[in-house]
Amino acid sequence: MGKTIRNSRTRTVNFITYALVIIAYIILQSMVSSGNIKSVLKGMLVPICAYIVMAVSLNLTVGVLGELSLGHAGFMSVGAFTGVTAAMAMFYGIPGVAPWLRLLVGMVTGAVFAAVAGLLIGIPVLRLRGDYLAIVTLAFGEIIKSLINNLYVGFDSKGFHLSMLEDKTNLLEGGKLIIGGPMGIGGIKKISNLTAGFILVMITLIVVFHIMNSRSGRAIMAIRDNRIAAESVGINVTKYKLTVFTISAALAGAAGALFAMNYSTIVANKFDFNTSILVLVFVVLGGLSNMLGSVIAAAALTILPEALRQFSEYRMLVYAIVLILVMLATNNPALRALIDKLKPGRKNEEKEG
Amino acid sequence: MSTKKETVLVPMPSVNMIPERDFDKSPALECINLGISFGGLKAVENFNIALGRTEISGLIGPNGAGKTTVFNLLTKVYEPTEGTILLEGKDTKSLTTAQVNQAGIARTFQNIRLFQNLTVEDNVKVAMDSQMKYSLLSGILRLPSYWKEERVARERAMELLSIFNMQDLADTKAGSLPYGAQRRLEIVRAMATNPTILLLDEPAAGMNPSETAELMENISHIRDMFHIAILLIEHDMNLVMNICEGIAVMNFGRIIAKGTPSQIQANPAVIEAYLGKKKEA
Repeated sequence: MGKTIRNSRTRTVNFITYALVIIAYIILQSMVSSGNIKSVLKGMLVPICAYIVMAVSLNLTVGVLGELSLGHAGFMSVGAFTGVTAAMAMFYGIPGVAPWLRLLVGMVTGAVFAAVAGLLIGIPVLRLRGDYLAIVTLAFGEIIKSLINNLYVGFDSKGFHLSMLEDKTNLLEGGKLIIGGPMGIGGIKKISNLTAGFILVMITLIVVFHIMNSRSGRAIMAIRDNRIAAESVGINVTKYKLTVFTISAALAGAAGALFAMNYSTIVANKFDFNTSILVLVFVVLGGLSNMLGSVIAAAALTILPEALRQFSEYRMLVYAIVLILVMLATNNPALRALIDKLKPGRKNEEKEG
Repeated sequence: MSTKKETVLVPMPSVNMIPERDFDKSPALECINLGISFGGLKAVENFNIALGRTEISGLIGPNGAGKTTVFNLLTKVYEPTEGTILLEGKDTKSLTTAQVNQAGIARTFQNIRLFQNLTVEDNVKVAMDSQMKYSLLSGILRLPSYWKEERVARERAMELLSIFNMQDLADTKAGSLPYGAQRRLEIVRAMATNPTILLLDEPAAGMNPSETAELMENISHIRDMFHIAILLIEHDMNLVMNICEGIAVMNFGRIIAKGTPSQIQANPAVIEAYLGKKKEA
């Protein structure tokens, strides 16, 4: 029998995804180092990477597990603020630390805190299904936003100081207020770069593809296809849902930290409901469970508003129209059939079938 | 909820349906006064049954008699409001559906419930999940345990699929299989969980006579090969009378008769349940 058709097809799609990301990185990185890149595009490289990670991680929840989450930006926010706080504290606390190390610590911290948030919200919430889960995750995103808008975090020689609602951190001489409530975080060192973004995208893809192709992935997709049958063959539904939720949150957290360290200031309102929906649009447009689609959709739709600058005030209108047209086109049966015909390997399948 | 009863093994004769060869062993499954009511409606009550280790038994009765409800009680899809289920002599009271499966009960569904978007092979492998040990992290990092266990799982899946001669369909999406093959895949998937008791909910529904005949052979074959108890719900009387050693007949949520196929065929209560009362002359 040899290797299976399906396995080889999945492997091909995964390979194409990796290859696409690597090639895009090589081209963009060479443009950056030769200075041959428009400053607008250059500023968008890191956000594109962050949104790709957001889209792929949300696709794990929405596409693979089949649970609608409307609060993905909440995890990004948790990751952004904890990650930047860690990186800044490191900068003040340990002089002369290499920027890449601060970035790494920031991203890992962001991922860990977001994972904890995912776990904490997941335990009570994942008993809910469908619309209810969506509403609760939506509320979670808003709660995180309000929480950070009222949070003050300072750092001095005695360590971290936290207070809510107003600044009562009473920092010692030489201390720094890092998170300033509605002012967010200011004075961030812009240490994110394309290479860090590329590495995070690759790690995300490897994690997600490897999960999908293991016993956990099979169990997760089984839960999506038929929960009752999955339980009847001994699958612990809650455990797997929680696993997906946590991993998805952790990746979003790392993306948030990466994203935040691309700007000099960051506020909680950046990660609101609109951001969650934006990421959901990437996922739906790219196709549920289709990670390659998520990568392309996230990259294209992040660039699109900038590319549409020439339409000035009609920009978002054109954006919406393009979105509708793409959705219609990709769901067109005739077009689908045509694409299927052009796909290599289809003839083999017919012969084998 | 229900009363705090001691889980004493009830003397066998009261629930006996066990064939002679299994007499000396404790029953694989025992239900004692099992019942459930939805609101005021008693869907199942006073359900007593014992399954021999290697017995094939049938649960029959008119539509709406509560047969599938019994399966849902045994697999804890519904929580019984009365009575006890003893699996290998142990009460399953505190177990969830998934844990009951891990403890040894596997089932198929009347309305097929396959993982439609997964391949046939993956459908079977999903059922082996609770027997696989490698962690999520070894899966992500592709440690040796991943490769080893995945290879074993694939070999075992192929072996199980070969019971029904389905190895060649391994890469087909389960949702695109023909109806009969879907029913067979459900049985293979249930077997992949390594059960001691297999519950089949109308396995022959929608099959043509030759498929049914083949299925009958396969059910006996599975019992002989794996030495497990099989309890099946079926409306095809030919199948039931031919392969079942013990039969329980249900009507309105109660068992109205128990016995061997010939006893059941002669039982007036059964005839009445199926055909109605004879008119007084």
